[in-house]
Amino acid sequence: MLEIRNLHARIVDDGTEIIRGLNLTVKAGEVAAIMGPNGSGKSTLSYILAGREDYEVTEGDILYNGQSILEMDPAERATSGIFLAFQYPMEIPGVATMEFLKVAMNEQRKARGEEPLKIPEFLKRVKEAAASLSMDMAMLKRPLNVGFSGGEKKRAEILQMKLLEPKLCVLDETDSGLDIDALKIVSDGVNALRAPDRAFLVITHYQRLLEHIVPDSVHVLYRGQVIKSGDKSLALDLEANGYAGVIGEAA
Amino acid sequence: MPAVQDTIDRVRKIDVDQYKYGFQTEIAMDKAPKGLSEDIIRFISAKKDEPSWMLEWRLEAYRRWLTLDEPTWARVHYPKIDFQDIYFYAAPKSTPGPTSLSDVDPELLKVYEKLGIPLREQEILAGVQKTDASELEEVSDNVYKSGRVAVDAVFDSVSVVTTFKKELAQAGVIFCSISEAIREHPELVKKYLGSVVPTSDNYYATLNSAVFTDGSFVFVPKGVRCPMELSTYFRMNEKNTGQFERTLIIAEEGAYVSYLEGCTAPQRDENQLHAAVVELVALDDAEIKYSTVQNWYPGDAEGKGGIYNFVTKRGDCRGDRSKISWTQVETGSAITWKYPSCILRGDDSSGEFYSIAVSNGYQQVDSGTKMIHLGKNTSSRIISKGIAAGFSQNTYRGQVSAHRKATNARNFTNCDSLLIGDQCGAHTVPYMEAKNSTAQFEHEATTSKISEDQKFYVMQRGIPEEEAIALIVNGFVKDVIQQLPMEFAVEAQKLIGISLEGSVG
Repeated sequence: MLEIRNLHARIVDDGTEIIRGLNLTVKAGEVAAIMGPNGSGKSTLSYILAGREDYEVTEGDILYNGQSILEMDPAERATSGIFLAFQYPMEIPGVATMEFLKVAMNEQRKARGEEPLKIPEFLKRVKEAAASLSMDMAMLKRPLNVGFSGGEKKRAEILQMKLLEPKLCVLDETDSGLDIDALKIVSDGVNALRAPDRAFLVITHYQRLLEHIVPDSVHVLYRGQVIKSGDKSLALDLEANGYAGVIGEAA
Repeated sequence: MPAVQDTIDRVRKIDVDQYKYGFQTEIAMDKAPKGLSEDIIRFISAKKDEPSWMLEWRLEAYRRWLTLDEPTWARVHYPKIDFQDIYFYAAPKSTPGPTSLSDVDPELLKVYEKLGIPLREQEILAGVQKTDASELEEVSDNVYKSGRVAVDAVFDSVSVVTTFKKELAQAGVIFCSISEAIREHPELVKKYLGSVVPTSDNYYATLNSAVFTDGSFVFVPKGVRCPMELSTYFRMNEKNTGQFERTLIIAEEGAYVSYLEGCTAPQRDENQLHAAVVELVALDDAEIKYSTVQNWYPGDAEGKGGIYNFVTKRGDCRGDRSKISWTQVETGSAITWKYPSCILRGDDSSGEFYSIAVSNGYQQVDSGTKMIHLGKNTSSRIISKGIAAGFSQNTYRGQVSAHRKATNARNFTNCDSLLIGDQCGAHTVPYMEAKNSTAQFEHEATTSKISEDQKFYVMQRGIPEEEAIALIVNGFVKDVIQQLPMEFAVEAQKLIGISLEGSVG
């Protein structure tokens, strides 16, 4: 589903190279975990996948279902099925969460040539999804992410993911700022979405999240490259011994 | 970043050069000679069949105007206006008493069509004249049942027609052009005209007092709730013409009225002058809600042409417990100089000012309000949202003052500015003055940019760039949009969307 080939990318403003020859393949139905120390390029990778303009790809390619996505803008990538759950979701003052969900769902439907959802059907879907994440409907009347707690923001991200039904879900440090109960709810939400035609890229610092969202593969990112790949036991190994050993091996 | 240049290009293309109402119309016009003199004022007064007291009032204002200097304190820059190069009076020539649409100048009909005014309404506006309007009103009543908006259309210097007069008259409401009011209701005009904005008030108000040509007059008697929204539609068409409209709205004890004005003008290389005066009077327990959607031509991509909008608007909460609320959506004009204000004279009276000012291209906006607290327990609320894009400068200027006898005066002010791109500017200039120690004034101000982060986040959900910007901006102005009458809220939202399409850098 996703194939990243020898990707090099830098920050447009100052030319700093962050991704330096990254290779990664994720198959449909797979949950791939990306781990790595601070500053290794994990969040940058998620931004580049979603099409953020602050980064420029200088070499290599990103293939999604066999097609390069480098020329697509963020909205086009989103409607083609790529979803990014943000580490720090943005506040959108004055725009009710409900309104935002409706616009997003209908814009995606429009891009696929479908009719906008009828209001009762829209409400039904939102209610079901919110209930499964233990979210209060009253919260959805508030402006998106404005005054939300850390946990509420992350839940709102998963709610959007559920409703937009993407094919490639990128989760950027979704566990940061969550207490154990919230972590459980969010992980259950993600697990419920696991499907043979859907892939996940789970970016995290800690093994903790991977106890709840059990990955099929684990990749260690360091200085803009994948320096080691393995199965879920690799995450346990990192937890026990830290990154130093893996980095030493690669060097 | 390349995105910035792209944005600037797109703003130029979309907003400024494609001003939707920029057409002009070739209509046979009846004009006064260019320039300003006592003779011109006599000409205007005679054209309007005015009584002699009105002419004297005008001449007195003119003589005072000659002694005044143009104000320069606003943060706007423009070449000196040559008042001798302006036509102060222009009116569509009408054949006496047209009886059907076929008698009306087809060009005038086209204007209304282009403005998107429904055919029925056009028929009324285009004016099978007022002499025969009652019949038409009956015909059109059914059409209007849903909308319920009475319209006064002002084309350059004259009011073309006012709709719904009959139904309003049944409720005791007078809604007509100010010219007609001077002839038909001189006692009311004499009593209230100039009582809120005196002829000596300021340079442009004094000029307006001398040369005002038309505008609307509204009188809502004691205890009457005006049964529909009232609306005036202003259009400046003729080249080198100034529009000097004068509007006077009076709500007697316990009365209520909601009034909306809309404005457009053709696209021209020359600057056109618009210097209006609006006076509102609210007696005990009365409420006036005044909304404006201003979309005058802003000038082209290089800042050439466009309307100079120098307007004095003031409401007088003369009675106890009276309330005046201004809501404005300002998207057009090359230069805006406008401060709709409230004088809170009555005890327990309240004033509100809700404003959205959008500037793009080379527009200059200097707008805000004044809340003058004179009575006891008066309150005021100011919510101002400025949005600056392109190379524009957007200034909020506000004054809140409490007189020494104004015990328990309260004010809340919130000014937010949103910058789009990095070539524009937003400025906030609040003046606050409390001469009574019990006054409570609060002021909040923020300036922000639509960030790449926000735009990226919204687009990541599949919302295309232009919709993403419109969504964020409409969220930003929501507090104010909510204050507009329902029918116009949608229009205003669209207008803001169009003004800013693709303008994030």
